[in-house]
Amino acid sequence: MARMVPVVLKNLFSRPATRRYPFETRAPFPGARGRLTWNAAACDFCGDCQRLCPAACLEVRRETKEIVHDPFHCIYCHLCAEGCWQGAITVENVYFKPDYCKAAHTYTPAIQP
Amino acid sequence: MARTVVPFGPQHPVLPEPVQLTLTCEDDRVVEVAPVIGYCHRGIEKGAERNGIHQNVFLVERICGICSFIHAQCYCQALEELTGTVPPPRARYLRVVWAELSRIHSHLLWLGLFADGIGFESVFMQLWRIREKVLDLLEATSGQRVIVSTCVIGGVRRDIDAAMARQIIDKMQELREDFDAVVPALAHDYTVKVRTVGKGILSGEQALLLGAVGPTLRGSGIAQDMRLLPYNYTYAELGFEPDTEPDGDSYSRMMVRVKETYTSIDLVTRALQMMPEGDIRVPVEYPPAGEVVMRVEQPRGELFYYVKGNGSPHLERLKVRTPTFANIPTLLVMLPGASLADVPVITLSIDPCISCTER
Ligand code: SF4
Ligand code: SF4
Repeated sequence: MARMVPVVLKNLFSRPATRRYPFETRAPFPGARGRLTWNAAACDFCGDCQRLCPAACLEVRRETKEIVHDPFHCIYCHLCAEGCWQGAITVENVYFKPDYCKAAHTYTPAIQP
Repeated sequence: MARTVVPFGPQHPVLPEPVQLTLTCEDDRVVEVAPVIGYCHRGIEKGAERNGIHQNVFLVERICGICSFIHAQCYCQALEELTGTVPPPRARYLRVVWAELSRIHSHLLWLGLFADGIGFESVFMQLWRIREKVLDLLEATSGQRVIVSTCVIGGVRRDIDAAMARQIIDKMQELREDFDAVVPALAHDYTVKVRTVGKGILSGEQALLLGAVGPTLRGSGIAQDMRLLPYNYTYAELGFEPDTEPDGDSYSRMMVRVKETYTSIDLVTRALQMMPEGDIRVPVEYPPAGEVVMRVEQPRGELFYYVKGNGSPHLERLKVRTPTFANIPTLLVMLPGASLADVPVITLSIDPCISCTER
């Protein structure tokens, strides 16, 4: 037990290792793999992202010019962003937040954020 | 003497994952053990036959949450053998960095759980606090804490620049100091020794006979490590040597993991210092045909992949054998003769990872 004393003393005079989440959050790392958004205006609806997606959570609707993305099935691998030639997919380093209902997001040129 | 059958698990406070050991006891001595697995089968092997080949990297990573990177590495190396791709040297070194960071965090996690299994809560907290630093490094370099997803067939997806490399080397130094402060509390503590020394003895011969792998085998004095295999030659370039302990008891297995944590800290530092410049990814020619076997060293032991391609965009077969599957039979030797109170600690000493065993 005596061997833990230095560690105990150090802990006594240092800040807690935990954070009071959600009141206190850590700044995200610059390269963190977080949320995705579509710039539907830049997209040419080639469907590459849909073919690449390992989680099958993307659907490119060429006829209606829509992209449907299910953020709850997405594993945030960012393969779609890497594979998009048009650069239509933007990635952020902020995590996708929890939600009350598991709805897919539809991106169209009209309603893009 | 009357015999009692005690079902240990599938839900038990010391077991992070569901496995059942049916223990036949005489008084409180265990005389017979029958492990029962199959509580969390997920059908990943079948899923891998339906997914695309590049997508499987992300699927196999999810076989195990702790050593996810090493699963991806094994799969990618197997596919590289099959397609005749040679990953660039920088990618090989980056893979070592991520693989060893995974090993450090896995061993810290296990040491914490082991301490917790003995009832040493404070060491558990301290070790997990140290582990958090490794997870932060993984997130800073790869984008996510646990499912690293940086390995791809033909190389890696992300680079580590010089500033980041320096930061990791500094953090490794810090980690070593923190770990130095906690290890004596675990290694020289009276209670820990009473619970582990001479408990769950597995001799070297029995370990080989039962096909034990990883720290379980090295804890019995046998220096077998997949990092020494010819196709994992980056480790030879880094001057890697396996760590062993002679006694084959729970304490030896614990100390092997302590030593390996130090070795991994050294390997990360050396890999970052010796990392050559150059590309990190080369193009791969799909689709692969033929079959290949790949073995790499996971924190828990040898990971074995068998991959068969038939020239179509999907694999014909993916077979995964994880180290815990090879280590479970050793419990049949370790547990008989032990007292019931020692069963949790001995079971933990093989570092069971059941979800990955059952894929
Ligand atoms: S890959 Fe890019 S351009 Fe093609 S459909 Fe997806 S978002 Fe649109
Ligand atoms: S991040 Fe990965 S899982 Fe998510 S939509 Fe893109 S490709 Fe699919």
